[in-house]
Amino acid sequence: MARLDLSEKLAILSDAAKYDASCASSGTSRRDSRKGDGLGSSEGSGICHAYAPDGRCISLLKILLTNFCIYDCAYCVNRVSSNVKRARFSVDEVVTLTLEFYRRNYIEGLFLSSGIVKSPDETMGEMVEIARKLRQEHRFRGYIHLKTIPDADPLLIEQAGLYADRLSINVELPTDASVKSYAPEKRPETIRKAMADVRLRKEAGAERSHTGKRPPKFAPAGQSTQMIVGADGSNDATILRQSTRLYSSYKLKRVYYSAFSPIPDATAKLPLIRPPLEREHRLYQADWLLRFYGFDLAEITGATTDGNLDLQIDPKLAWALQNRHLFPVDVNRADRETLLRVPGLGVKTVNRILTTRRHRTLRYEDLTRMGASLKKARAFITLQGWTPGALTDSADLRARFAPPPEQLSLF
Amino acid sequence: MPTVAVPELGTFAAWRDAARGCLAVAVPPEDILWQYGDAAGDLFAEAPVAPPTGTVTVPRAFVELAQNVVWHSDPERFARLYALLWQAKDRPGLMSDRGDAGLAKLREMEKSVTRDKHKMKAFLRFREIDATGPRRRFAAWFEPSHHITEPLAPFFARRFGDMDWIIATPDRTAIFMDGDLSFAAGQPKPPLPEDATEALWSTYFRNIFNPARLKIKAMQAEMPKKYWKNMPEAAAIPEMIATAEARARQMQLAAPTLAPARAGKITERLRMTDDTPAATDLDALQREAAGCTRCPLYSDATQVVMGEGPRDAPLMVVGEQPGDQEDLAGRPFVGPAGQLFDRIAGEVGLDRDAAFVTNAVKHFKFQARGKRRIHQKPDAGEVTACRWWLEAERNLIKPRLILAMGATAAASVTGRGQGIMKRRGTFEETEDGTQVLLTLHPSYLLRVPNEQARQAATRDFRADLEQAVHWLADHAA
Repeated sequence: MARLDLSEKLAILSDAAKYDASCASSGTSRRDSRKGDGLGSSEGSGICHAYAPDGRCISLLKILLTNFCIYDCAYCVNRVSSNVKRARFSVDEVVTLTLEFYRRNYIEGLFLSSGIVKSPDETMGEMVEIARKLRQEHRFRGYIHLKTIPDADPLLIEQAGLYADRLSINVELPTDASVKSYAPEKRPETIRKAMADVRLRKEAGAERSHTGKRPPKFAPAGQSTQMIVGADGSNDATILRQSTRLYSSYKLKRVYYSAFSPIPDATAKLPLIRPPLEREHRLYQADWLLRFYGFDLAEITGATTDGNLDLQIDPKLAWALQNRHLFPVDVNRADRETLLRVPGLGVKTVNRILTTRRHRTLRYEDLTRMGASLKKARAFITLQGWTPGALTDSADLRARFAPPPEQLSLF
Repeated sequence: MPTVAVPELGTFAAWRDAARGCLAVAVPPEDILWQYGDAAGDLFAEAPVAPPTGTVTVPRAFVELAQNVVWHSDPERFARLYALLWQAKDRPGLMSDRGDAGLAKLREMEKSVTRDKHKMKAFLRFREIDATGPRRRFAAWFEPSHHITEPLAPFFARRFGDMDWIIATPDRTAIFMDGDLSFAAGQPKPPLPEDATEALWSTYFRNIFNPARLKIKAMQAEMPKKYWKNMPEAAAIPEMIATAEARARQMQLAAPTLAPARAGKITERLRMTDDTPAATDLDALQREAAGCTRCPLYSDATQVVMGEGPRDAPLMVVGEQPGDQEDLAGRPFVGPAGQLFDRIAGEVGLDRDAAFVTNAVKHFKFQARGKRRIHQKPDAGEVTACRWWLEAERNLIKPRLILAMGATAAASVTGRGQGIMKRRGTFEETEDGTQVLLTLHPSYLLRVPNEQARQAATRDFRADLEQAVHWLADHAA
């Protein structure tokens, strides 16, 4: 095999990394290099340095250390049985790429993942070495996200957490049965155990010792995971149930949903359809309702007919349409919990309503200036200058929001 | 009419001082003419007067708003801000009124400035230029919509602290050299030398893109075309879009290929079972149990939590099921209830390390509620399914006494879980005649809300453990 140059390796190993949805670089500890003794800063919220034509943010240099892999996961472009071109970065190549990209303001940092080569420990060891070099030798203060290999030595994971801002382990598919059939070498119980370890270490890192000294911070931006949507037959209720379990069990910062999309040299095992992007979007909306809007899993899945979210309207609207007896809500009187359940009102808008309400009574026109989407909200609210009348209970309310059915084309 | 000239550098501080002064002597907004830099003033204006100084307190929210709006390119910004300040002094709630129509325009301006700042942080691109000293040097050209170079320069200084850099924009140039930040006048786009890293970056940009998920509108909403001309990667966009559909279709149509020859061997080796001979029987049991699917609890819990303790322990302590902490750690009795057990056991001289500690059910049953897991009592089916493992442990350890804590343990060990409050402190027998001492579950002691009742329950529990200690002493092997 001809030796690949850096650019060829980068092409192969970024192409291989694009199926990981996460590119977040926010929520880590604050630090900077103003004193001139290093490079980089992180100030709370991450920055999207570019957007690709797939609409996704590019915040981090997202690459694999190598796309050689001994596993045979059906959905993965890097599986052992695929004929894609293989490449492997050296530790220094990754370090240099990260620093040079960072210096030119292309990225917030590095998201490093890897195929599993001969030994998980060796691969994980090299990933940790990259993070260590960046942090210690180059005093890099940007963001580092390491995808951890569940089977690796817990000691390596512990070191990874000392250098990285975020650790992640992908659960890959929503049920154990799916993992077993599509990723036969992966063991769901090992993945769970690894996530539990990260949570325990993170919690141990937050406790002061008896001398009052804080141990070094462990993965300050927490851990996250990813589930592939649409590769197996799981419905949205199953997927969301799994997310709820993961959030509560391992204190995950995020569960990413990744619509399964055709990959080069795919196996015959999987449907190569258009990726279900709309479904992915609805799942994220439902995930937000569960985490920030006080919704229960049962409330969201209860508004579905077959356990799948309505693709035409968002899950909050779907819930509201089924619970019209709770509406209209008086915007000037309702409490926070109730306001959060009104379609068209987001967390920010609700906060603005509450602060402004302390001073005066709100009128309908105020809501536009507060960021409400009145097209959605108007059927569900009442306040000075507006009452929905029969609109709330009108039979064609859903049709006002759902796009008209597409005419089936014969050809 | 007094004219206030606000300088192009230090704009915020200068405007704030002038506004403060004017407000202190109650100059109404319509009487001030605000000028930016050395822009030609109103022909009828009087010569600019040095603004009087004075102190006034203004709401924090106003300062936050002004800190952004002063950099807006709208010439009316200073007057608008002062008008708001004038209004705010008589309307204390004004700044927290998110619906005020008069404020809407300023909020919009604020949003426009913060967005512009955010985009400059994101889309500015440095090129390396020849170094003159030990520090590497970089330069960038950017065209912001507002006067944001000055307020943003400290961000770049915090981020790129170990290099020298110049950020040139049409209205201001920021220079960072040897750790010192300074400003110079704006300039036209300077010629910057080619930078080989740009080709690598463009390679990355092209390859991280997934052609099967083309969403052009989403890209342009966040990265409008006006920024593209100064971003090296943007040149590739038209071609990426043009070929995306064909690439995606090609992936769908391509027939599956034959796996490379090495794949079969690797997979075969990997899927061979790794049944190594057991070090001890307990280890083998642990390995076997790890894959247990006898009831559905395994899929939600992290791992099976088997008992631990010496192989020849005379006492076997059986609890209900692992909790949140036990589930994460994979060891029994490490959470709050386990710690309480340890404490009371220690007080009565019961050595936990000499006992075999386990649970009736080996997986954690819970309900996910937000960020927490709420313990749920295992049902009869789950207890029955798991008795298989408890029996296996019992057969290996062959304890002389079993301490069954709580109704679930009682049900699993004696076959009956009811009436634990009445049965506690008494001995029963398993089917094979092993002695069972019944007691409360330590987590019950943590849950009793009433202080008096809790003390009573704790007393009972301690007495039961003492009884176990005495029984073991009396029945020493």
